[in-house]
Amino acid sequence: MIIKDVVCPFCGCLCDDLDVEVDGQKIIKVQNGCTLAEATLTGNNRLPAPIRRTANGWEEISYDDAIRETADILCAADRPLLYGWSSTHGEAQSIGVHIAELIGAVIDNTSVVCHGPSILAIQEVGHPGCTLGQVKNRADVIVYWGCNPTEAHPRHMSRYTTFATGFFVPEAQKDRTVIVVDTRRTESAEIADEFIRIERGGDYEVLSALRAIVRGKGSILPREIAGVAREQLFRVAEICMKAKFGAIFFGLGLTMSNGKYKNVRNAIELTDELNRHTKFTISPLRGHGNVYGSNEVFTWITGYPYAVDFARGIAFYNPGETTAVDILRWGECDAALIVASDPGAHFPHAAAAHLAKIPTILIDPHRTATTPLCRLQIPCTMAGIDAEGTAYRMDGVPIRYKKLIESLYPDDADLLRRIHDRIREVQGA
Amino acid sequence: MTELLVKNACVIDPLNRILMEVMDIPVRDGRIVESVSAGADIIDAKGCLTLPGGIDSHSHVCGTKVNFGRYMSPEDMRAGRTARRGKMHVTSGYYVPTTYGNSYRYSAMGYTTVLEGAMAPLEARHTHEEFTATPHQDMLANTLFDGNWAIMEAVRAKDVKKAAAIVAWTLSAVKGYSIKLTNPGGTEAWGWGEDVSSIHDAVPNFNVTPAEIITTMIEANELLHLPHSVHLHCNNLGKPGNYRTTLETFDLVPDTNNGRQTLYATHVQFHAYGGTTWRDISSKAEEIARAVNAKPQIVMDMGQIMFGRTMTMTADGPMEFNLYCLHHNKWSNHDVELETGSGIIPVLYSKKSLVNCVMWAIGLELALLTKNPFQCLLETDNPNGAPFVKYPEIIGLLMSKRYRDEECATLVDGTEQRTAICALDREMDWNEIAIMTRAGQAKALGIAAEGKGHFSKGAEADIAIYPIRCRDVDPATEYRKVIEAFRKTMYTIKRGRVVAREGDIIVEGANSTFWVNPVVPDDLNVANDPEFVKKFEEYYTVRMGNYPVQDVYLPRGKCIRTKAAL
Repeated sequence: MIIKDVVCPFCGCLCDDLDVEVDGQKIIKVQNGCTLAEATLTGNNRLPAPIRRTANGWEEISYDDAIRETADILCAADRPLLYGWSSTHGEAQSIGVHIAELIGAVIDNTSVVCHGPSILAIQEVGHPGCTLGQVKNRADVIVYWGCNPTEAHPRHMSRYTTFATGFFVPEAQKDRTVIVVDTRRTESAEIADEFIRIERGGDYEVLSALRAIVRGKGSILPREIAGVAREQLFRVAEICMKAKFGAIFFGLGLTMSNGKYKNVRNAIELTDELNRHTKFTISPLRGHGNVYGSNEVFTWITGYPYAVDFARGIAFYNPGETTAVDILRWGECDAALIVASDPGAHFPHAAAAHLAKIPTILIDPHRTATTPLCRLQIPCTMAGIDAEGTAYRMDGVPIRYKKLIESLYPDDADLLRRIHDRIREVQGA
Repeated sequence: MTELLVKNACVIDPLNRILMEVMDIPVRDGRIVESVSAGADIIDAKGCLTLPGGIDSHSHVCGTKVNFGRYMSPEDMRAGRTARRGKMHVTSGYYVPTTYGNSYRYSAMGYTTVLEGAMAPLEARHTHEEFTATPHQDMLANTLFDGNWAIMEAVRAKDVKKAAAIVAWTLSAVKGYSIKLTNPGGTEAWGWGEDVSSIHDAVPNFNVTPAEIITTMIEANELLHLPHSVHLHCNNLGKPGNYRTTLETFDLVPDTNNGRQTLYATHVQFHAYGGTTWRDISSKAEEIARAVNAKPQIVMDMGQIMFGRTMTMTADGPMEFNLYCLHHNKWSNHDVELETGSGIIPVLYSKKSLVNCVMWAIGLELALLTKNPFQCLLETDNPNGAPFVKYPEIIGLLMSKRYRDEECATLVDGTEQRTAICALDREMDWNEIAIMTRAGQAKALGIAAEGKGHFSKGAEADIAIYPIRCRDVDPATEYRKVIEAFRKTMYTIKRGRVVAREGDIIVEGANSTFWVNPVVPDDLNVANDPEFVKKFEEYYTVRMGNYPVQDVYLPRGKCIRTKAAL
């Protein structure tokens, strides 16, 4: 059976035009998807049943026992952390927030290690953005800054930007000028009309220089800015100001390098400045399929996109203090529930090491780099493969994941609901 | 079967012409009935003011831009937060509260139904998710068509039926309630950083004018027999001298519906400015009110501003950019492909700003100068003019000349010269307030037939009991008592169940979402039109099959079917 218009759950592009061939409970072929999509949809590294760590390995346990033990661990904790959420659907995320409310936990999502700094910048200066179709149909200038979509978001250029045919840009790449800014010549840089290679840590300076030029103060610039010739920046600024519609996309090269959120703030303010001349937008390239959904769900329930601390009863937010990495690296956290993410692979060593010291429970379909850090792992469905639900694309467009195959695994939303109810029981008693 | 008897209620029910009659209200299974058995639960209203549940006919509470307002504003989240307590979830925020915050505060004020002012069809799923998390109000969604490419093409081809068919397909796909036009044509122009400056400007590349979009959509709306009229945010919002655009727009509107208005003009305060710049801005509320008094086909809402901090958020992207250039505050923008735009910027309305004082006066003038209160409803364009928790103060201002005078005395010099507010003696009565906060909304939205906004037999038992005895209070002098009473009900009853008692929410909510499905003949259904489908698949970034909002997003959806005259 071929299922049409399937939504790929892997990255923030949420391409929804895949054709997937299914044979019973197995996905056998993926069309239209990138290699990441194919690996995600056909991959098979599922944990067969809940497991608990023993003195000399792992033992399989029942879902009932796993749920009871999870609830007991969370209830007994003084400073529990609920972390992850980016590879599941909004329904699970929402129950996660309600569990955090119930036990006074810190709840955080993977933004803490990706676009958290972008959120901080947006909270200072706002975010002039748009949906991806606006770029596809109009943009004649595309800027990729500190990111490498060719490898990290392989269909971003073909579906939404450079190579996409749009209403006002019928000739796609011929009608568009592509500018890539990075510290190294990436695959994406190969297709750029302008490649700006900056010295490591020089993003802030180069953004400031561009702002100066756009404001007509370019004459104060030195010959070279962070390894970039002044003339190139004048040329690029002119391309941007003459654009009919320009779109900047940025990645972790901007958020996680020196300057962090200040870099993003500078990029947003450059965009604001360009809007006084023409139309310009800026958008973060979000990584996990539904990381933006976790920001959205957290926000409408708690008021904050990530790093929410319920210890005081109210929702409290102070990134740097209430962020998962920080409460782990300070050894503050005494129990953790990880859902739909892999901090074992992505967290700084000190934070990951602390997860191994405390009772950590992982709800995830796969054996991951976090599995070895856990006391308990409970396998569940994978949103977009054997579970349906809501996901938010990197530009905020909500799309419904399809269920492609039936499986015997429970949906993580159901698992979390049972944990939630069990906690209420324990608290009631 | 559940039964409830509200005893000794001092009822005002304008749609049934009941004015301060002390009576009992019997309720069975969520509806008003003739009588109930002796075993019914009893609530003693003790002679206090009892009104049908409040209805907000234009408020921004759910969806992409509202949530982005929260997302970018930790400073506001800190400004209003409560811990989890009983059945109440944590809440955060003052002017853009979390969904539960909105829901609880509306409920405490006796509001049981809210229309979200602007939903971009492409992002409708988000709005519906937040509706579900706003559990104590029945919700409806204004659906944006102002920059819809397919609509503009139909307008250009002068094909009203096609326009109607596109509306029908879209409303049923996204589970929307009504047609919203926000700065029609302007949001598409903003795709290029431009705007339209009159209703006769051509929209770039589409060769249609805002006037043509408005008139075609009014016609399409009536062909589809939609319960609500076209809901319009006029062009040129917030620009000195814009009252001319507003009057010109009103002149476009025919009187074609016997049951209700043919145009709902929203937040008209922002569209009633004289002058040419911010320096010489003045009130043109008299001109606007005169036009509305002469045109029963128009209903407007005040769009009242109240002093203090708040957040502006609208689909009107170019307007928000202008505001950003004025305030240099943080600015967000979010254009939606093929459909509309949006922008967000925080503002502070200050009594030290003459412009803000004039704006404040204009909203009140509009209400006081409109003869028929069914034609000027009490709204703040929440949160644009002020958060809705300010409604009780606005009620106080409308009912008391003395309160207005006291407030006027604190405003910056010049307000009196530029507005007529100080010369207006009208003091609204209880009945007029009931009209401006529920009966008028029910009629304008076309939901009186769904049992909203009145206490007829069979109506939904949405009841607000306020701790005030109308006959014992003189609102003109005791306006503080009035304000306090409207802040917090004794009981808010939603579909026959007490949901809030003295400001506390006591149950989990179970709201409904009303949406409209106009039935169109197969040959006009755009889903069967190869050209429509082809363009959709070519230019949207979401497949047409993935666009419609699934039923699962409306756990208690209430579909209103209409039969289109096509």
